[in-house]
Amino acid sequence: MAEKVLMKGNEALAEAAIQVGCRHFFGYPITPQTEISAYLAKRMPKVGGVFLQAESEVAASNMVYGAAGAGARVMTSSSSPGISLKAEALSYIAGADLPCVVVNIMRAGPGLGGIQPAQGDYFQATKGHGHGDYQIIVLAPSSVQEIIDHTGLAFDLADEYRMPVMLLGDGMLGQMMEPVEFEQKDMAALPEKPWATTGTQGKRKHNVINSLYIQPDQLEKIVLARKEKYDRITEKEVRHEEYRCEDAEYIITGYGSTARIAKNAVDELRDKGLKVGLIRPITLWPFPAGAYEKYADKVKAFLTVEMSTGQMIEDVRLAVNGKAPVHFFGRTGGFVPYPDEIEAAMEKIAGGVQ
Amino acid sequence: MNPIHLFCGHYGSGKTEVAIDDAIRLRRDYNRVIIVDLDIVNPYFRTVDAREKLTALGIEVLSSEFAGSNVDIPSLPPDILKVFCDPDAAVVFDVGGDDDGAIALGQYFPYFKEHPYAMYLVANVYRPLTGTADELMEMLTRIQAVSRLQFTGLINNANLAQLTTAQHVLHGQTVLRGVTEKTGLPVSYTCVDESIADTLPAEITGEIRPIHRHLKLQF
Repeated sequence: MAEKVLMKGNEALAEAAIQVGCRHFFGYPITPQTEISAYLAKRMPKVGGVFLQAESEVAASNMVYGAAGAGARVMTSSSSPGISLKAEALSYIAGADLPCVVVNIMRAGPGLGGIQPAQGDYFQATKGHGHGDYQIIVLAPSSVQEIIDHTGLAFDLADEYRMPVMLLGDGMLGQMMEPVEFEQKDMAALPEKPWATTGTQGKRKHNVINSLYIQPDQLEKIVLARKEKYDRITEKEVRHEEYRCEDAEYIITGYGSTARIAKNAVDELRDKGLKVGLIRPITLWPFPAGAYEKYADKVKAFLTVEMSTGQMIEDVRLAVNGKAPVHFFGRTGGFVPYPDEIEAAMEKIAGGVQ
Repeated sequence: MNPIHLFCGHYGSGKTEVAIDDAIRLRRDYNRVIIVDLDIVNPYFRTVDAREKLTALGIEVLSSEFAGSNVDIPSLPPDILKVFCDPDAAVVFDVGGDDDGAIALGQYFPYFKEHPYAMYLVANVYRPLTGTADELMEMLTRIQAVSRLQFTGLINNANLAQLTTAQHVLHGQTVLRGVTEKTGLPVSYTCVDESIADTLPAEITGEIRPIHRHLKLQF
């Protein structure tokens, strides 16, 4: 598929997973990510893969645990309430050092909340889900093409670091349609997984997939080694985008759909004479703190825009470290902020347009 | 009897924009036009999102009372039945995507036995799973099976959103001719974004409808 096609974010993600060698998907439908399941239900049998609609999210995520242990490129997807249900298995998968990709196409919460877009799961994605001392890599695409590119990246990072990677989008990204293209990947290059439980053929010792350690000293050693891995990731895998920041007096920041909306606001504000830039975190964990540090001494203020009442703003404040004020504008309940609302919030901070 | 136009097809093929455009055109000739949002599949980007604009044009919008809200209940209002006994109103049905969406249409089958209708397959050959004549035939057959109604025409809506060129529209026509050969269904008309309507070559035959998009995002 070298030529462009018109795709919804959800189906683009599903096709991208197939193209990078994902042959196992376990899920349970929930709006607004159901097209991922629907697309894979049609496509997986045609490529010799497994699509399975489990009896619940809890079951689906434990099937991911099993398939990941056997070395499969495996994915599950859900939307906010479903991710809460998948959280227990995520902790086990992280505790067994297994690679997998988990998709959260966020909707409004808490509880059943609503089916319209939201970004209220930032805390859950970057600091929460299951119990215990672990992290997962979180990628936040902001266009349908980037969803495709990040799906490949998510599987590669998961395999490289043997850990779950989350693709965090929202209902807007999942449902919107854009022209996209798929880059041909060389599937022969998939990494070896000598740790997987693929059968010994009498030639090697048994591999064990487990997160239970009877001896505290053994567990501490493993958790600390994992922490070293997280430090390596924080050093090597941070990704972000800067837009018109060079001479900026104010910086707007947001991720995912909010960032693409904020980009429009930046251009409009520049046209009005206000020097505004945008920092868009692409990895939410590890968080691109360095990007904010770089500008903290130079700008008059930051404005964090989210579809929540303020979650990523805590990481922005930690990164800015008190050197400049960090303001907030957000919509919630399923509303997407519009460029003119972001402009008004920015103009208010700047004390009107100069 | 009043005309009823049904728009079906793959989800994301552009049915809603094509249906809204058709309703606005019908309004030129009819005092009363009703558009029925029969979509029980798609949570976002629906006819009902253009309700304000349509109402202002004198077009009545019938839809699930939960459409566009925060609940996911695929219910349909009972007053849809009035379209079958209203001789003065032209009616447009915007049917949900794929055969899954067309299931909702099947329940009206007894009424359509008494009432003539035009049923169109809206086709964008740049959507995955409907890029070839064979794939479109599969979609067409499945929709006919669940709706228990027969298509009367095809609509060429080939597009890549803002990247669409005349070549894309032409390719759509070529693919649809393959469907015509197999089914005898004509290409009833071609839809293109109003911005490129003047660039189409003479090879695009039949009626061309320049479309003004009503559900376009600001970003």
